Amino acid sequence: MNIQGIREQFPILHQEINGHPLVYLDSAATSQKPRSVIEAVKRYYELDNANVHRGVHTLGSRATDAYEGARARVAEFLNAAGPEQIVFTRGTTGALNLVASSYAPSVLQEGDEIVITPMEHHSNLIPWQQAARRSGAVLKYIPLQPDGTISLEDVERTVTDKTKIVSVTYVSNVLGTINPVKEIAAIAHRSGAVIVVDGAQSTPHMRIDVQDLDLDFYALSGHKMCGPTGIGALYGRKSLLEAMEPVEFGGEMIDHVDLYESTWKEIPWRFEGGTPIIAGAVGLAAAIDFLEEIGLDTIDAHERQLASYAYDKLSAIDGLTIYGPKQNRVGLVTFNLDDIHPHDVATVLDSEGVAVRAGHHCCQPLMRWLDVTATARASFYLYNTEEDVDRLAASLLKTKEFFGHAIG
Amino acid sequence: MQLDDLYRRVIMDHYKNPRNRGTMDEEAVTINLNNPTCGDRISLQLELEEGKVKQAKFTGEGCSISMSSASMMTEAVKGKTLEQAYGLADKFSSLMKGEPVEFEEYEDIEALSGVNKFPARIKCATLAWNALRKGVESQQKD
Repeated sequence: MNIQGIREQFPILHQEINGHPLVYLDSAATSQKPRSVIEAVKRYYELDNANVHRGVHTLGSRATDAYEGARARVAEFLNAAGPEQIVFTRGTTGALNLVASSYAPSVLQEGDEIVITPMEHHSNLIPWQQAARRSGAVLKYIPLQPDGTISLEDVERTVTDKTKIVSVTYVSNVLGTINPVKEIAAIAHRSGAVIVVDGAQSTPHMRIDVQDLDLDFYALSGHKMCGPTGIGALYGRKSLLEAMEPVEFGGEMIDHVDLYESTWKEIPWRFEGGTPIIAGAVGLAAAIDFLEEIGLDTIDAHERQLASYAYDKLSAIDGLTIYGPKQNRVGLVTFNLDDIHPHDVATVLDSEGVAVRAGHHCCQPLMRWLDVTATARASFYLYNTEEDVDRLAASLLKTKEFFGHAIG
Repeated sequence: MQLDDLYRRVIMDHYKNPRNRGTMDEEAVTINLNNPTCGDRISLQLELEEGKVKQAKFTGEGCSISMSSASMMTEAVKGKTLEQAYGLADKFSSLMKGEPVEFEEYEDIEALSGVNKFPARIKCATLAWNALRKGVESQQKD
């Protein structure tokens, strides 16, 4: 992988922050955007902008083609059977909320079970808490192993014939662990439950095949995979989407409207009320082109190597604790340094031009499980280098020194 | 961006040796507050006597800025009326906006003036003061 050639394509990386070249290590929060994505969005607004699905004029057709073309591109990227199985949403959160507020009420009865894990991002936790509250269903958690992984025996024990929905993240945004979603899907299906997967942290980094994984729903965010913010997608099994009622009503999603009754469009449009984020979809398609040109397997290998390098490099720092297992993780390292609060760590790193995340990462239950209030997290993407990791390590040593003096 | 502006010696001293850290009996006005964006939390207790803050204590978890700010705030409010305490919180907001204010009540607080150059950290510094505001407001409602 020609890393310098890739870095060249990300204009934002070539700047100084507080007098130091930027080292961006917060891609799990949002990734940076390559020039091709920025250009695609710009080109759309400069040449093709119009509303979709209604204009009979040329720009209207171009905008519609671009938007529906993007849908087909996402379907192909995930190996969905057809573009109608892709619903554009605001992001992963919007996609998961759609399943929880449209699909869930249609299947949940009092006493039914929803199964999730304690490592879920708040976006894949609170919608299920709400769905459980509304229906009288029970929210159950698959326990975590001491190293933060999930054992299939525990999944077998937690999922019962009362379970209607199993919803798990593919990759933990804190631990970096990869969950065995294919095996979890098989267990869910044996019990007659559907499997929902939060793909916010997996889609940017690894090849996804929703048919091979045998998933019922899969959610992704464009902005974490080199695309724009405000666009994401929900993949849904056709029969399930067809049985779902829309939750947002308005323009574009209707078939026939009468004074007192209306009917809805086919899937997926019935879930996309209002003018969608067309430029966002165009940008997402461009991001997929960009990622596939490099190759998801190549990206995955690069990040794993970087994570392993970072794990070793950071482990060597006295007083630094890394959370999550060493093996089988994607490109992120979550840590704490001595008893310096991660906010203080992040501020010192920022003064050195190194951008990391600090806080609870929208995973408060997982923080409690780890018995910390917050952590720092360095997350890598295809544009990061070993030199970035070296800069992180050097800045961490400086942080230690700074607070060593200050705190004494 | 000068780190020393943010982490002045007096701030580190309060972080390392917090004043008024601990809890009081159940009679005290208790305010629990957290910062949902970062997980920091504070529990502030105010013992009131004749409309004045006789004693203030806090417990909590957070970064050096939030905890030192809490330590300073509890020192500053002792002996103040509720109205004066509220005024202090307003004055602290001004400090965070970069306005030149002096804390003759407790000069250490002025060390936090550098926080306004670090916008991401202002919410850390204001957590304890927001708890103070809530505490005062809870008394005024009664």
